[in-house]
Amino acid sequence: MSDAGVIHDIGYQRYEGPRLGRAAVFGALYQHGLRASFGLGRSIKAKIFPWLVVGIVLLVAVINAAARAQFDVILFDYFEFDSTISWLIIFFVAIVAPELMSRDMRAGVLPLYFSRPLRAADYVGAKVASLVTAVFLLLGVPQLIMFLTAAFTLDGGIGKVWEEFYGALLPGWAYSLLWAVLFASISLLIASLTGKRAFAAGGIVAFFLMTTPVVGVLSILPSETAQDLAGLVSPMSLINGVYIWLADGVDLGLDVGRFGPIYGIEAFCLVAVALLLLLARYRKVASL
Amino acid sequence: MDAPASYAERVTIIATQSLTKTYGGGVTALSDLTVDVEAGVIGLVGANGAGKSTFIKIMLGLIAPSDGSVRVFGLDPVVQTDQVRARVGYMPENDCLPPDVSAAEFVTHLGRLSGLPRTAARERASEALRHVGLYEERYRQIGGYSTGMKQRVKLAQALVHDPDLLLLDEPTNGLDPAGRDAMLTLVHRIGTEFGISVVVCSHLLGEVERICDSLIAIEGGRLLRADRISAMTAASDVLAVEVSEGIDELFDALTQLQLAVTREGRQLLVPLESESSYDEILRAVAELDLPLHRLDQRRHRVAELFTTKETADV
Repeated sequence: MSDAGVIHDIGYQRYEGPRLGRAAVFGALYQHGLRASFGLGRSIKAKIFPWLVVGIVLLVAVINAAARAQFDVILFDYFEFDSTISWLIIFFVAIVAPELMSRDMRAGVLPLYFSRPLRAADYVGAKVASLVTAVFLLLGVPQLIMFLTAAFTLDGGIGKVWEEFYGALLPGWAYSLLWAVLFASISLLIASLTGKRAFAAGGIVAFFLMTTPVVGVLSILPSETAQDLAGLVSPMSLINGVYIWLADGVDLGLDVGRFGPIYGIEAFCLVAVALLLLLARYRKVASL
Repeated sequence: MDAPASYAERVTIIATQSLTKTYGGGVTALSDLTVDVEAGVIGLVGANGAGKSTFIKIMLGLIAPSDGSVRVFGLDPVVQTDQVRARVGYMPENDCLPPDVSAAEFVTHLGRLSGLPRTAARERASEALRHVGLYEERYRQIGGYSTGMKQRVKLAQALVHDPDLLLLDEPTNGLDPAGRDAMLTLVHRIGTEFGISVVVCSHLLGEVERICDSLIAIEGGRLLRADRISAMTAASDVLAVEVSEGIDELFDALTQLQLAVTREGRQLLVPLESESSYDEILRAVAELDLPLHRLDQRRHRVAELFTTKETADV
């Protein structure tokens, strides 16, 4: 009897190492969510869609950067870039938000989460942070590529590069962050309502797309006030409006007139309400 | 290995005082529950809806009691939630596993959510899966597991952060008889060899009495009885004597020997007070020269104790 290949039962070992607090638990859940957003640690099937979107977005950025470097033609700037790919952002959150929220609900893992040192607020916070980061990376990395290409090909030395960085890239990133926060909070709220991923994805796409035609109709009404307020109806034009207000009259193809602050208030309220509803929902789920 | 066991016997791990939980709709899930639970393997039995799950949720700090108090390891789950949860592992009754990840990955993830550092979580996950007998299969996706294997993953995730107390809600749910036995053996091993106390919830008394040191029976949110199994069965061991004739004479003879004999149909029941009871009965039968049919020890099932207790209360 040779027992070379036998695994000896060394008995149960107690754990004497450190136990980290809620901040570390939050970090672990955030990291897990961010990885899941891009299908990392999941099957091939879960990777296809996020990376398809990433690929298209990067391609758009590279083409734009190349056009500027080669022919000195600016197809779109850092702001227009976000608006240009807004449909892709919608599809991205429509796939990823249910992956983050509905999946946990469907599988019933929440009782396992909430019997650990994790609160409803931690869970919601970590998921929102994951998706905000994922959407921001989706927008910010291509913007960085556009900047780097410009930096190496622009005539005018280091001063011009700094000007491009402070004057264009940073505001562009801020604008992307605004997109990320609004899209993440709304899509996660919709995804938290159902355990069925397909329903959640459909709901998210419907919410973002159905409102666009309304903006179109309102913006051709004869009343100037109606035209200025038209952008409030759709999340996409709402973000445009907020930025036009903040950056004081940047041309994003939307006229907000003197109603800029209203755009700001609505965007803030929309995010706040979405997050509060999410929290209220998970407070209830966590005690079940 | 004996030292921890005897030490464990004296430690109170859960103590409740008039614990009451009333839900919003006026439904009383727990009513005036006062019980001290000592370390070991504890069976929490009661019919569906008796308040077992509510009790578990209160111990985990998931819901706050309406009245009364509860202490787990001397800690208040409402206030010291994190300290309690770090020392408690919970295995829920329902399906709670995602199908599209491997058991190793899932248990590691939950280990990190319990506050273990990354490498420790990975090591502990492998260990926990090894202890429940899933070491070979741990990199397979959970969706392809059998019901028995899934129950083991649920047990492993409750063990991953090395708790001092496991709360298992119906761990044998949906298992076939062989699977039930395996699961119960595993639970018993955890309670005796790992030095971890276990509360096993079940609506099947016969199942948990085999592996438990003590039992808590609740019904309609009220405590029916809580005691050590040994205390419950010790008083209940009786010898059943059956003779084909002369039962009255034997009755008189045994009564004269100061034995508390009772008659039950064609049998005489004698409490087993000491080892000599056997000999005394045999001698009496021999002296009377009666044809002895049967002499055996009847061990009361714990279930019977509850029924008599219950009717006595009414």
